[in-house]
Amino acid sequence: MAKKESTFLNMTLTLFVITAISALALASVYNLTKGPIENVKKQNLQNAIGVVVPDARKGNFDDFEQIVVKSSDGIGDITMYKVVVDNEFKGMAVKTFSMKGFGGIISVMVGFTPDGTIIDSDVLEHKETPGLGDKTSKNVSSWNEQFKGKNPDQFKLTVKKDGGDVDAITAATISSRAYCDALKRAYDTYINYLSANGQNSIENNVEPKDGGNK
Amino acid sequence: MEYIIIIISAIFVNNIVLAQFLGICPFLGVSSKIKTSLGMGGAVLFVMTLATIVTWLIMNYILMKFNIVFMQTIAYILVIAALVQMVEIILKKISPSLYQALGVFLPLITTNCAILGVAIMVIQKNYDLLQSVVFSIGTALGFTLALIILAGIREQLEKLPIPSGMKGVPVALVVAGILALAFMGFAGLV
Amino acid sequence: MNNWKNFTKGFIKENPVFVLVLGMCPTLGVTTSAINGLGMGLATTFVLFGSNVVISLVKNFIPDKVRIPSFIVIIASFVTIIDLSMSAYVPDLYKSLGLFIPLIVVNCIVLGRAEAFASKNTIISSAIDGLGMGLGFSFALTLLGALRELLGAYSLFGHKFINTDGILVFVLAPGAFLGLAYLIAIMKRINK
Repeated sequence: MAKKESTFLNMTLTLFVITAISALALASVYNLTKGPIENVKKQNLQNAIGVVVPDARKGNFDDFEQIVVKSSDGIGDITMYKVVVDNEFKGMAVKTFSMKGFGGIISVMVGFTPDGTIIDSDVLEHKETPGLGDKTSKNVSSWNEQFKGKNPDQFKLTVKKDGGDVDAITAATISSRAYCDALKRAYDTYINYLSANGQNSIENNVEPKDGGNK
Repeated sequence: MEYIIIIISAIFVNNIVLAQFLGICPFLGVSSKIKTSLGMGGAVLFVMTLATIVTWLIMNYILMKFNIVFMQTIAYILVIAALVQMVEIILKKISPSLYQALGVFLPLITTNCAILGVAIMVIQKNYDLLQSVVFSIGTALGFTLALIILAGIREQLEKLPIPSGMKGVPVALVVAGILALAFMGFAGLV
Repeated sequence: MNNWKNFTKGFIKENPVFVLVLGMCPTLGVTTSAINGLGMGLATTFVLFGSNVVISLVKNFIPDKVRIPSFIVIIASFVTIIDLSMSAYVPDLYKSLGLFIPLIVVNCIVLGRAEAFASKNTIISSAIDGLGMGLGFSFALTLLGALRELLGAYSLFGHKFINTDGILVFVLAPGAFLGLAYLIAIMKRINK
């Protein structure tokens, strides 16, 4: 079979047909994978919330109110997931970030009790050095256990070198600082949110009243 | 201030070649002379900025609007290929001298993954248009810087006795490795 | 036996990474561990195989002047398919390969094989060529990944041998350049 000639009509037609076929093929692949991709995302988010606010596992993830606010210093958005189980405010999972990582942005999920104590925290995404800065992640080392049960009100969220209370990772001070920075941002934003939504939202939890906060 | 941080981080901290491994092919291919490195750097700066603007607009005003983000790769690569062709034709007509300086590098640029890489990165980083432009300029400058440094060293290497097995690509990679080590010193700058 | 030769040439004699020095960006960028290298290699193999087959199938319908754009569209389609599938079914691997999956589209090996081989040969030999080249690429990436993981983390495919930190520089950027430099030099020696 002879090759087609390169007339203008032929060329436009060929390109058009090829693009149309691939667009169709891709659209069907997209529809096929859309469900699984969303499931993966949802699963990851739920796991992350479950790690930092373990009570969340007892409730229904779809019921948790999702609150997007500007961070306390205004440089980005922070998403908070309000974990309410059996009408009781168990804690807030806060998705926070720091721009000061060794490899750029670090994304961290941290859970707070209603009074602002850190339940637990873990890295969601990072580009830190493998073997050094990635020790901020739970699946690499137990470094971030030290934040468990600490209230940033008394526990200073800076590394000891900078006069704080946090033991930095050896040879990864920058990553450690960034992690602290992310937690600090989450804490400040959370406290701001609580006070903006009525000081009593903390007490509300101790003695649940109806419709007090919101 | 924000823009300065983006530029510094793109040039030094996250250097596109030495830290992100994009654009390695031209990095190794045309880095034997300082002069050609400058030409390549100029061409990349030009096309990268233009391509980032166009693809950013396409992403935000066409692909996202019609919910066909999955066409991103196809749309981007076609736009970049067409853009390079257009730049070549226009440059030839308007400024023959500039065309002479950059012309030979333009066809190589379509397959330079740094261009497509930056176009995708600015979407992932959620940059607005101005931030994207600043980022692509910074990245292109970082690319040029790495290229010139490597070319300078390679020009000197020519005069040295090198074991035959290491000649050419391997020794260039070793130099690049040492450069990458040096650039790691910039980490934590911003 | 020609097919066999066609298939094996990608491993040592015409290895895309060690001999042709193509596709350097993913080679250096993702090989922090053997599994990453293997994953990237197999994703590229899928694209190479698919685009080689389709291109040799439709080569006669494509006018010469729009050859390259048509090839690019076909390649980009396969890249998007693997991109979507990986993010759906192997999310962890997808996350660690990141940007380099969509960038397969500008990997010189893929367009190079389409232009130099698939646009001139039959479907069967194009398929074999794509598979062979892709597996050769995977072999190179896995080898480099294994080397870096072994030295940098004292582990292989995630199994740790010595329970301390490795020679970290090998998992960092400089290690990629140095590791590849010496592997290429060794391969040069073998091919002599």
